Amino acid sequence: MILGQSSSSRIVSHAVLVTGAIIMAFPFLWMILASLTPQSEIFDGSLLPTPTLHGAIDNYGTALSAIPLLRFMANGFVVCLAILVLQIAIAIPCGYALAKLSFPGRPILLVGVLLGLLVPVQIPTIPIYIALAKSGLLDSYAALVLPWIISVFAIFLFRQFFVTFPDEVLDAARLDGFSELSIAWRIMLPAAWPAVVSFSIFSIVAHWNDLYWPMVVITNPDMMTASLGIAYFRQAGEGAGNVGALMAGGVLVTAPLVSFFLLMQKHFIRGLVLGRH
Amino acid sequence: MAALDLHIDDIGKRFGAIDVLRGICLRVAAGEFVTLLGPSGCGKSTLLRIIAGLERADQGHVRAGGRGLDAVAPKDRDLAFVFQSYALYPHLSVHDNIAAPLVMRELSSLERLPVIGALLPGAIQRKRSIQERVRQTSGLLKLDALLERRPSALSGGQRQRVALGRAMVRKPKIFLMDEPLANLDAALRIHTRGEIARLHKEMETTTIFVTHDQAEAAALSDRVAVIFGGELRQVAAPADLYREPVDLDVARFLAQPFLNELAVAAPIGGALMIGGSRIIIRDALGSGLAGTLAFRPEHATLAEKDHPGALPVRVTRIEHAGIDAHVFVDAEAGAQFVARISAERARSLRDGDNLGLTIDAEQAWFFPSNGSRQRGDHSGAA
Amino acid sequence: MALANDIPLSSLAPNTAGSYRPARAQAQAGIILSVPATLLLVALVIGPAILVFFLSFTNASLGLAGIQFIGVANYTRMLTDPGFAQSLRNTALYVAVVVPTAIGWGLLVAVLIARSRFAVLYRTAYFLPVAASLVALATAWEAILHPSLGFANTLLQLLGASPVRFLSDPATAIYALAAIGVWQLVGFNMILFLAGLSTIPEELYEAATIDGADRGLKRFLLVTWPMLAPVTVFVTVMTIIRAFSVFETVAVLTQGGPMKSTSVVLYTFYEEGFRFFRVGYASAISVSFFVFVTFLSLVQMRVSERRARWKANGGQ
Repeated sequence: MILGQSSSSRIVSHAVLVTGAIIMAFPFLWMILASLTPQSEIFDGSLLPTPTLHGAIDNYGTALSAIPLLRFMANGFVVCLAILVLQIAIAIPCGYALAKLSFPGRPILLVGVLLGLLVPVQIPTIPIYIALAKSGLLDSYAALVLPWIISVFAIFLFRQFFVTFPDEVLDAARLDGFSELSIAWRIMLPAAWPAVVSFSIFSIVAHWNDLYWPMVVITNPDMMTASLGIAYFRQAGEGAGNVGALMAGGVLVTAPLVSFFLLMQKHFIRGLVLGRH
Repeated sequence: MAALDLHIDDIGKRFGAIDVLRGICLRVAAGEFVTLLGPSGCGKSTLLRIIAGLERADQGHVRAGGRGLDAVAPKDRDLAFVFQSYALYPHLSVHDNIAAPLVMRELSSLERLPVIGALLPGAIQRKRSIQERVRQTSGLLKLDALLERRPSALSGGQRQRVALGRAMVRKPKIFLMDEPLANLDAALRIHTRGEIARLHKEMETTTIFVTHDQAEAAALSDRVAVIFGGELRQVAAPADLYREPVDLDVARFLAQPFLNELAVAAPIGGALMIGGSRIIIRDALGSGLAGTLAFRPEHATLAEKDHPGALPVRVTRIEHAGIDAHVFVDAEAGAQFVARISAERARSLRDGDNLGLTIDAEQAWFFPSNGSRQRGDHSGAA
Repeated sequence: MALANDIPLSSLAPNTAGSYRPARAQAQAGIILSVPATLLLVALVIGPAILVFFLSFTNASLGLAGIQFIGVANYTRMLTDPGFAQSLRNTALYVAVVVPTAIGWGLLVAVLIARSRFAVLYRTAYFLPVAASLVALATAWEAILHPSLGFANTLLQLLGASPVRFLSDPATAIYALAAIGVWQLVGFNMILFLAGLSTIPEELYEAATIDGADRGLKRFLLVTWPMLAPVTVFVTVMTIIRAFSVFETVAVLTQGGPMKSTSVVLYTFYEEGFRFFRVGYASAISVSFFVFVTFLSLVQMRVSERRARWKANGGQ
């Protein structure tokens, strides 16, 4: 591998990668610096904001007091967790049934799942919004969670994983006294673990950062998720124009997910690689 | 522990247009070790899966200890199955693999939960009893040092023993094994074969063992049931099967590894004419049909070329196999034979030598072309 | 759920037939296990999608009673509405910039990273935007691109160039948003390409070396690019769909302005459906969106099928 590269091409490749990496990381760096800098000094003509202790206390203090940021994050956490748990609870048995059990209607369900894969997530939102509005469920966790608990992507992903699982192990389990449901939970779920991890990251990132759906169904600040909260903070009285405090909020909202993501990135890639076979 | 007898009555199974099994009847005594032997695709594994309840027979019944099993779900049949691929749970440790059948049967789903389970009355005691039995089983199979490992960290032989342990731990009344040794290398296969024989002797569990390896079948079984094309051809003790194959298929399948066959015209006056010499064998030749004369290499002798009554033959090839050697010879009219002689004697032979071949008529069989062989005065097993 | 574990299947299927049927037991279990997903699939995806299709032929409006069938009026309005045409143009422009850049950059980075000693470090840096809250980071971008005092313009002035009013100039706003879009997608595409690269057997590279394609572009064209084809098709469709669904940055930074220069299809759909409550018209927009995505998916399937056939014929 190293033999194939001359030192000049290696330097060029590093230069390209480093430049790109700086561009990728720069907004994060700027966000962190700005979150530590007094509001008046952020746009003072210097190239980068210069952090001060006083600025840090001020910005983070404002972010946490002017809006219920922790509440937003807690909402986001509850919503993401509820969505993920329900998605997996529904998709694992279905994926198992589609992969390993023959039952009447299976081909139709499979077609339904494939069709579902084609439907962009925004399409069904109008009727679902109307239904939620009619049943008085707007501004609730239910409104944030319910539309997402069925993930055709998860069903499809898990089915692909299960198809290659050896049938003899399932027969052994049936003889050992497992019911079909306990086979799904106690054998198939652990077998699909890499796929479950990949899917979980997908799901959590998508729903933690989602702005579209919370914007549609939430107007009550008490029910806002982290993303919607930051968007609201931009417009609401104290946040508007207070870039330092806004960036402090951004750091707080971004940090848990980015650290989780970085921690899991190896598993994420592994699940993707396995998923392609 | 009480073993159960197993009655298989007239089992038939079709997959589409193909008859996989036809009218299989087999009675297995309590504690007996019976092997289903046959080439791949003969239906033996399907029969085993029908006994286990993993597959449904289109006709016929399975009874164990007098109880009909047809309406019983696999897990309630009180039998254990060892799969060719071992079918271990990949995510569970060796300990948990062996414990799985006990845990699933003896603990309720609440009791299986990690923390809450421990709080329920009786659960701790039952869990301890399960652990005790897992330990016993793993001791018996010398798996103690591996209990915490995952199957992926085990060798083939170790996986095989875990699969046996999982089957043994709940002390089933009947053992079903589907080619459990097929994925092991030669040395390990023979070793494990001995282990299975020892375990069977200790536990005396009724065992049905599927294999395509006649040596394995002969080494392990009380009786061997030979299946061809979905039909049960012969059930006999290994020694009887060796001496008295019921038809040419069975004789061929049990030859190790060669069988001499010679198409012969209808016998005349109770004797077969081979290359000008008359051979009288013990089989009843009766009906006057043409057929096949068959005998094992060890029942052929090589003599001087002008030995009285011997077929003139010429050596074409010599294969040494340890203490014995197989000598391939050509006879007149294109017939070819194999004789098994001592390696010592074979050393004096060369390719192209002209010799005489004699057949031990007492050990030769005549298979009429229209069916089963008519046994002579020697009594064979049923 | 836990309790259902303990109902033996045999008790669910009483022995009326006098025989335990493994196939029937499995069929029952299959139905039981797939019922929740089936019901939800119908209630939350397929049902609403069909409903949207019907709504697109009506003048349905939230808050107003009575729905009238108006034929294809919503669609003709869509085609003649200069506002919608504008948002289509904006979206097309956005997609045209984002898709090739995000894919090309992602591929380049993946190939270079796979051969680099600092792979973990680089991967982490490129990965950051994927997980970031776009709302928060869009705000950071907004400050960086501030028309007079932001980092970008300070830098430009230091270099002697005149400042650019990135997000507040109708001529540049959509490109600024596209830059942010690229920034966010590169890492994700890189990950998919890395996953694809890791499945290429090392023997192929060794064979290529022996055949004389031992480095750089030659070996990329001979081995890497053809072997990555299925991943590339997947990445392309994913990127097109995600670029087409751009929403967050528009909603947060520009609300479609200045002068409608960043109003994109999904944002128009959101405004029509959930701000002006013109449900019928919004439905027509989303049906067109669906048709477009389905078309792309079909193209993907055709392309990967052709690739598969080509592979099966010994093309490796």
